[in-house]
Amino acid sequence: MSYLEYTVKSVPSGIRKVLYMNWPLNLLLISVACVGFLMLYSVAGGSFSPWAEPQIERFGLGFAVMLAVAMVPIWFWRNMAALAYLLSLLLLVAVEFFGAVGMGAQRWIDLGFIRLQPSELAKITMVMMLAAYYDWLPSERISRPLWVLLPVAIILIPTYLVLRQPDLGTAILLVAAGGAMLFLAGVHWAYFAVVLAAGAGLVTAVFQSRGTDWQLLKNYQYRRIDTFLDPSTDPLGAGYHITQSKIALGSGGWAGRGFMQGTQTRLNFLPEKHTDFIFTTLAEEFGFVGGVSLLTLYSLILVFCIATALATRDRFSSLVTLGITVTFFLFFAVNMSMVMGLAPVVGVPLPMVSYGGSAMLVLMAAFGLVQSAHIHRPRQK
Amino acid sequence: MRRNPREVDGLHRRLGRRALLAGGLQLGFAGALALRMRYLQVEQADKFRLLAEENRINIRLIAPARGQIFDRNGVILAQNSPSYRVVIVREDAGDVDAVVDRLGRLIALDEDDLEKTVAELRRSPPFLPVTLVDRVTWEDVSRVAVNAPALPGITPEVGLTRFYPRGADFAHIVGYVGPVSDYDLSQIDAPDQLLRIPRFQIGKSGIEAKREDELRGKAGARHVEVNATGRVMRELDRREGQPGADLQLTVDAELQAYVQARLQGQSASAIVMNVETGDLRAVASTPSFDPNLFVRGISVADYRALTDDPYRPLANKSVQGTYPPGSTFKMITALAGLEAGLITAGDTAWCPGYLEVSNRRFHCWKRAGHGHVDLLKSIEQSCDVYYYDLALKVGIERLSAMARRFGIGVRHDIPMSAVARGLAPDRDWKKRTYDQEWLIGDTVNAAIGQGFVLASPLQLAVMTARLASGRSVRPRLVRTVNGVEQPGGAGEPMGLNENNLRQVRRAMFAVSNDRRGTAYGSRVIDDAYRMAGKTGTSQVRNITAAERAAGVTRNEDLPWERRDHALFVAFAPFDAPRYAVSVVIEHGGGGSSAAAPVARDVMLQALYGDTPPLAAYPQKDRGRIKAQQERLQRERRLRETDGSDRA
Repeated sequence: MSYLEYTVKSVPSGIRKVLYMNWPLNLLLISVACVGFLMLYSVAGGSFSPWAEPQIERFGLGFAVMLAVAMVPIWFWRNMAALAYLLSLLLLVAVEFFGAVGMGAQRWIDLGFIRLQPSELAKITMVMMLAAYYDWLPSERISRPLWVLLPVAIILIPTYLVLRQPDLGTAILLVAAGGAMLFLAGVHWAYFAVVLAAGAGLVTAVFQSRGTDWQLLKNYQYRRIDTFLDPSTDPLGAGYHITQSKIALGSGGWAGRGFMQGTQTRLNFLPEKHTDFIFTTLAEEFGFVGGVSLLTLYSLILVFCIATALATRDRFSSLVTLGITVTFFLFFAVNMSMVMGLAPVVGVPLPMVSYGGSAMLVLMAAFGLVQSAHIHRPRQK
Repeated sequence: MRRNPREVDGLHRRLGRRALLAGGLQLGFAGALALRMRYLQVEQADKFRLLAEENRINIRLIAPARGQIFDRNGVILAQNSPSYRVVIVREDAGDVDAVVDRLGRLIALDEDDLEKTVAELRRSPPFLPVTLVDRVTWEDVSRVAVNAPALPGITPEVGLTRFYPRGADFAHIVGYVGPVSDYDLSQIDAPDQLLRIPRFQIGKSGIEAKREDELRGKAGARHVEVNATGRVMRELDRREGQPGADLQLTVDAELQAYVQARLQGQSASAIVMNVETGDLRAVASTPSFDPNLFVRGISVADYRALTDDPYRPLANKSVQGTYPPGSTFKMITALAGLEAGLITAGDTAWCPGYLEVSNRRFHCWKRAGHGHVDLLKSIEQSCDVYYYDLALKVGIERLSAMARRFGIGVRHDIPMSAVARGLAPDRDWKKRTYDQEWLIGDTVNAAIGQGFVLASPLQLAVMTARLASGRSVRPRLVRTVNGVEQPGGAGEPMGLNENNLRQVRRAMFAVSNDRRGTAYGSRVIDDAYRMAGKTGTSQVRNITAAERAAGVTRNEDLPWERRDHALFVAFAPFDAPRYAVSVVIEHGGGGSSAAAPVARDVMLQALYGDTPPLAAYPQKDRGRIKAQQERLQRERRLRETDGSDRA
């Protein structure tokens, strides 16, 4: 057992574990979920169906899953990490063959009670796998090239499978979260510097070569990149959504138009208003105050999770908590940047608020891991 | 694996440092998001509030009426005729399946189409009308209207579709329209918003395509207030679009119909062109097809039938087809020699029936030879050896330069699809294309319009018009746009020696008026309308030495696709030329037997403006001509009643 300082006796047992949970985190999660219910009720025109009610049920289920995960000692989850990672890879391969495509690009497998998106699952299992890897890896090997390549492979395999779906949003999240894990685990600065420099160099080369003899991409590929970076060049496609989103957001003003009074949302100018663009509705109806409030709740979740990570001396617990934190951060940061016109449109939902079963359940399970790490942290007597 | 406490401490400290850094970055980004929100929602709030108000006002495009196309006398060739369709609004219909079922008992519904429509209906917003059946007859519309109470949500609507009342006669000239395809959109840099309207139709071929920009018109707009679901509440403002421009063509619909009918049953083409103005009076190509089929969306079977036909109905042979001009090219060779001062009209050559050039024997069509041949006789009797001999003196460069002055190897600017350039070959061209040196034999072949020389029927008509007028006449197809006269095709004088031209014209006159002329059988008797012309027979195959030894096989004994092309060019009246005519009959056999009679009939029809009197024809032909005229008139009457049924 790698749990050196672990004294099993000092860990709470049985039902008492519930008392030792990170309760501020629980309360924050419930608050954010409630914001979600409220907005789903609003975009449905003041009705619990079709979105708010199932969302409440799923949050209930998700909360139960979180409790269940939290009750199980964190070291069990560490031992499960490799298995979970392989399982999610298998599922990703399986959706290639058996999955159904719905609403854009994400693929899911219908399990009857829920449509499971393996790509959602992969985000968490990849973090677990990396945390377990660095928990096991002796410290002097962390920055050795061969031992850096292995986790890079752990990141790129699910990324490749997700890109094939094709789900660009999730692929970006996987790479970013995985990179953050490597950074947190203590991989040498130079690796990140080289990767960033190479990336910047490649991007510069691609753009510099445009219109010259040695042009690296085809002209239509450049046009696609243009549309991706500046949606206003395609006013009837991607640009339309972003423009409408900014109008809705901006017209909310300081205090918003009031609950259920958002004209842009009412008039259906917003696409996907119950999923990817739900933050726009919030910002339109509750204004700057409402938007910053949700942002504050999110930031507090980050703070409490980081605190949990720093409080434990168990390396797996710390890494898995920080990884989940980063994933959560990436979710809301990418989504908000997108609806505010700072980032291109990639399908990333607003965590805990957007309508969606898989994402909600997987996220709650992930917070169950954080709670488990919190409950089962090593205590010195 | 056990770790010593020092290592654990070190790792933990490093993790802590990096976690704090990462956490700080995350919170910093959250702060940046808050700033962005502040910028949008506080600083720019007023601007976006204004935009939000404007958002409730929607702009809907109104499709303009497409410009109509007329012939030179105002006969309509392409019109917008009302077509009826039956639409359904889902929210008014209630039980869609039951309503559609009831409708199906009243009028015929296509099962496949219906399935697609119902699927579309389920996807689109409930208040949006979806077309159930298109092109419904008036009887069906009335039946639907009478049964309206039993058909909630179903209404008949009237729209405009393109209709070509002259059908196949103008299929190649006017072309046809069709719905915008993705390919069309990808070809245009900044597509007009109109093109994105579902079922919007644009020109796909012919004038409809080439003059699309003028015919289409400008979109109008409706400002409407929309409510929560995008449903139109009321119209605030309406700006009518600008209808497309009406085009009037130079073509005479009656003459065109006559020429098409005259060529019926053959894979052929004929052009009638005004010698002075360049106005194209008829541009015929047979067989043709019904353009209305394409507007409706042609069925696979119909399309297959068109593409599988060996006579190629879809090809516009008049401008797109290029053929070796054969002997009709001899005037060019003669003029090249005369203009260069290498020969005079009186110089003679000796024709023993062949000419030996660098050990190869080039035969004259007349095996026995023509004896002494001067210019007049060479054209009148179409002696080949005279031109072989002349070719050696003139050379290919001068020959091709003269051809280009007469419009062969030059792409004429008329708004039809795939106008061919033809070919006036020279040394450079052969080097570029085949990477081979020019041979003297190539020049000899070119002199009689064989070998590499290629010309379209349009180019032959232009050539003839230029011979007749001595001016570089250009063809014109569009006479007016919205009543505004378009630039004419009357050209500048070509700067040729008038005496040389007169010699050539005189020889062309002899072709159809001298007893020994190759087209004497197709002469015009009426003195006011005497015709000058030139026959041409262009080989599709090489005659092998073995064939020659066995005696030349007669054309009629060959399979159709190996027979010679028959050509004839003519202008009339000889004294004051009005029209130039060119006729090409693919695999028709000889120019004098197959093409010349057609050219004569077409020319007389153009000159008289109606069925010509029998007095214009030679005495012995009158019986046959009378029967032919009656047959054509009968057939045309039949087709006209067909056409009215279609409308």
